[in-house]
Amino acid sequence: MRKVVWLFVVVASALAMPAANAQLVIEITRGQENAVPIAVVPFGWESANAAPFDVAQVVAADLQRSGRFAPLDRKDMIDRPTAGDQIRFQDWRYLKSDFIVVGKLTPDGGDRYSAQFELYNVLNGQRLTGQRLTATTGSMRAMSHRIADIIFEQLTGIRGAFSTRIAFVSAEGTPPKQQYTLIVADADGENQQKIANSSEPIMSPAWSPDGQSLAYVSFESKASAIYVQTLRTGERSRVSARAGINGAPSWSPDGSTLALTLSRKDGDVDIYTLKLQSQSLTRMTFDPGIDTEPTWSNDGRKLYFMSDRAGGPQIYEVDVDQPNRATRVTFEGTYNARPRLSPDGKQLAVVHLDRGNFRIAIVDLQSKGVQVLSPGRQDESPSFAPNGATLIYATQDRGRGVLATVSVDGRVQQRLAASTGDVREPVWSPFPSGR
Amino acid sequence: MRAAQLMLIVMSGLALASCKSKPPTLPDASNQPEETSADTGRTTDTDVSGRVDPNEQLKQTAIQAGVIIYFDYDRAEIKPEFVPIVTAHAKYLNTNSANKIRLEGHSDERGSREYNIGLGERRAQAVRRALMLQGVTEAQLTTVSYGEERPAVQGSDESAYAKNRRVELVYGR
Repeated sequence: MRKVVWLFVVVASALAMPAANAQLVIEITRGQENAVPIAVVPFGWESANAAPFDVAQVVAADLQRSGRFAPLDRKDMIDRPTAGDQIRFQDWRYLKSDFIVVGKLTPDGGDRYSAQFELYNVLNGQRLTGQRLTATTGSMRAMSHRIADIIFEQLTGIRGAFSTRIAFVSAEGTPPKQQYTLIVADADGENQQKIANSSEPIMSPAWSPDGQSLAYVSFESKASAIYVQTLRTGERSRVSARAGINGAPSWSPDGSTLALTLSRKDGDVDIYTLKLQSQSLTRMTFDPGIDTEPTWSNDGRKLYFMSDRAGGPQIYEVDVDQPNRATRVTFEGTYNARPRLSPDGKQLAVVHLDRGNFRIAIVDLQSKGVQVLSPGRQDESPSFAPNGATLIYATQDRGRGVLATVSVDGRVQQRLAASTGDVREPVWSPFPSGR
Repeated sequence: MRAAQLMLIVMSGLALASCKSKPPTLPDASNQPEETSADTGRTTDTDVSGRVDPNEQLKQTAIQAGVIIYFDYDRAEIKPEFVPIVTAHAKYLNTNSANKIRLEGHSDERGSREYNIGLGERRAQAVRRALMLQGVTEAQLTTVSYGEERPAVQGSDESAYAKNRRVELVYGR
């Protein structure tokens, strides 16, 4: 069954940074067969004026995008309860909803509002959770995502990732004249903000562990250089502009150090670590082959990376305290590249050559088993959602670069296409801080 | 609203498709003005007395020999048919030791992006070494790899890939 959800980008200018124009359209290309039916009733609003925001619509869209829930269509709702004591459970059982969310929005004076919501099990009438959250007009959408997070966690046991963001690169125009833009958006594609823009390539964005900054590669000075930019202020510093390649930045879990790829003058492509405060550089690999795409273990003691030292690209690991002692991790297939560790540290997502197609695969670090997850021909740049339930990656659709997500069991697939140009290199932010 | 959105997306898709169906044009020496005129600042081949400047002629010969070297998939060896290009540029650079050349390495779009940056670098280094073997000094050479980020042509077939796996020799950029 194909469900199409069109989401329109609201131009939000709460932050100083300009909003980007490229809309992202989300299409659920494959949903879970046994998605849980849930009714998210429009929130009550006791005023003559129109409600300032449709909280229930955002909550329902989030739950639907997860692929695990099938929200009831509003026009099928015969009743609009706004609190638990108004729910006639029999009606909702008749409508085959397993769960129901009710709530209301109230003005707190000025630009402040509060939302009270409750989640009930329709089958037995049990109240599962309920909370009161507050917001301003500008943070109403974020508050709605938080409500979806709470409901999702209550019902699945998995922390919701609806309040997270994605960074990606867009390229517009026809080669060789293209315009490259680094964009940050909410996980549902809304709220896009341009972070950097250049007629020279921009690539390899990487979130700092606190979610406040991005490291990325820009060729704006006609050579590659790595920049670190604070999103809120736009403040930016160039952290590596050495001769040759400056690429593939990856933050250590404590945020103090970047792993990166340099080729220096002699062209030997190797991995280094760079302490951001002291600028001290330590070489991690010494092989004459190409060593690149480093990513850290969750304890910050190891780097996983790609090397073609044995001929084709394969994944290796190296202890940061014992540089040059790399051991091979992947053995299945002739091409495994661009590793990213799952949040639980048990699996690597990689780009894997699968019978002539580049696809996203999961490598189990214990069994070394490889499971191909994506269906494309040219899939690349996998990135885990911080809850580990979903991967976002780049793929091609009729010659255009688009983004796609797949659940780690492969069952739920979505596509996010920009209205113009190519989009690529999606990276999922960490959870927002403060929980 | 919904239909309008859909139309927009379909139309932009069509526009893209029609762009792609145009035959890809290969960049050649004649349509790369920034590479032919920038180095000495002179745009003419002759000096005031009407004689051809021998250095400028060497440079033009080198540029006419070619400014792009193409590579096989996943390879960084310079194929025999491209050796004369290296020789012609080495000849010019050897007689003009103050002049510099920039070697821009590229890959096709297949595979992961940072690995492709590595492959582009490997190709640029192959050309760098070949020039140094013919006497060009290290100080005259810089390399940069764009990987798959700056394709010469759009497209996802072998003919596009073959045009994108390349090293461009660029003066005065």
